Amino acid sequence: MKQSGATGRLATLRLLVQRFAFLSLMVGAGALMILGKADIVLIEQTRALVADAVAPVLDAMGRPAATVAQVTDNFHELANLRTENARLKEENTKLMHWQIVARRLESENVVLHEQLNVIPDPDPAFVTARVIGDMGSAFGHSMLLGSGSKDGVRKGQAVLAGEVLVGHIAEVGVRSARMLLITDINARTPVVVESSRTRAILTGDNSSRPRLNYVSGSPSISVGDRIVTAASGGAFPPGIPVGVVSSVQDGIIRVEPFIQRHSLEFVSVVDFGLGGILPFERPPPPERRRRGKEE
Amino acid sequence: MKPSIWVKMDTWVRHSVPFGITVFLLLLTAIPTHMPGLAGIAPMLPLMGVYYWAIYRPDLLPAWLAFIIGLLYDIVGGTPLGVNALVMLLVQGTAASQRKFFLGKSFAVTWWAFALLTGGAIGIAWLLVSALKGRTIDPMPVLFEYLMTLSLFPLLTWALARTQMAFLRDV
Repeated sequence: MKQSGATGRLATLRLLVQRFAFLSLMVGAGALMILGKADIVLIEQTRALVADAVAPVLDAMGRPAATVAQVTDNFHELANLRTENARLKEENTKLMHWQIVARRLESENVVLHEQLNVIPDPDPAFVTARVIGDMGSAFGHSMLLGSGSKDGVRKGQAVLAGEVLVGHIAEVGVRSARMLLITDINARTPVVVESSRTRAILTGDNSSRPRLNYVSGSPSISVGDRIVTAASGGAFPPGIPVGVVSSVQDGIIRVEPFIQRHSLEFVSVVDFGLGGILPFERPPPPERRRRGKEE
Repeated sequence: MKPSIWVKMDTWVRHSVPFGITVFLLLLTAIPTHMPGLAGIAPMLPLMGVYYWAIYRPDLLPAWLAFIIGLLYDIVGGTPLGVNALVMLLVQGTAASQRKFFLGKSFAVTWWAFALLTGGAIGIAWLLVSALKGRTIDPMPVLFEYLMTLSLFPLLTWALARTQMAFLRDV
């Protein structure tokens, strides 16, 4: 097909513009990556803004899915009623024993507290948030929550499901927030082994079982040891259950978290009045510059 | 004859279907399924959308819209901003430039090309995220995500083809 000169030139020009636009978009993507790496506040705000805009849609879309999950759960439970009953009876006898032990220890604890004049920990404030987004990316473990700064969610706060640690808040929008799970590659949780009080850092690596690193002292950690949060770092209050040691191989200790990611529907974002996992506040600008502004 | 305002609006709505469907696929991926085993890994549905429309209607999902979808994907999924934007852009660009090759070819060829392209795309994403986070990311879940995406491709292509037939047959 032959084209006249003008049309041909126009087509070439259009192709050039298209190529140029494509290239500039590629450069734009690269620039965004670098800006994001530099932790620019603007990028963070944009993320939060877009997440806020998507949140109501995700929330609405997720509700039928939750209902479907509930129905299938119901069928599942009905089918396993007998075995479940037997298991629960057995567990109940065990728990009755533990209840007696706990009662005795509690009364003993109260007496000791009184004798030592212990100041009790303040009751934490919390917000219950619905999990509205779980992308299930292979590159990171995070979830979108349907509550944000207007509900009192702040960056760095601990997220619990029941009594169990799930993660912490990493980004906050007005009505949505991003929670980083303890299994995420960026998550670091100060923990102790409950029985021996050995300190360590629980390091996520995007697998379902995070590693126990920086173990202090000469530990004798064995499979089945319970791991709870440590007070060090001022991030989380001590004693929140995290998981149990599931394997010790060649010096690599892996922990099976108590959380079951797929069953998370509501989580509590808890404000323990501590600084949170990291000092997120930027340091104040240098004194000199501030004085310059006043003049 | 000049088309009336209603015809124009109808065309406009029909033309926004590819972008709308791809965003819908994106949101669909983000919904918590509450299914054990599935929670950690989800198929890259929006990638299939971008690939499909780049071949069959590149005029309706041009590069800049693929870029926007990638950005949304980054924000909803929590990956470093720009990674999926670049990946979607590359997939759109490659598929759209080779579309003459695909048109009229059998489904197996399209699937095979998708496997190649997605392999490259996920590989690039893995490299970029590893570089940006400063640590090598465990490649096993990535591989699993890739296989899951591949296995869902026929189903999704069928759904997208039905959508195209329903909305975009003659506009």
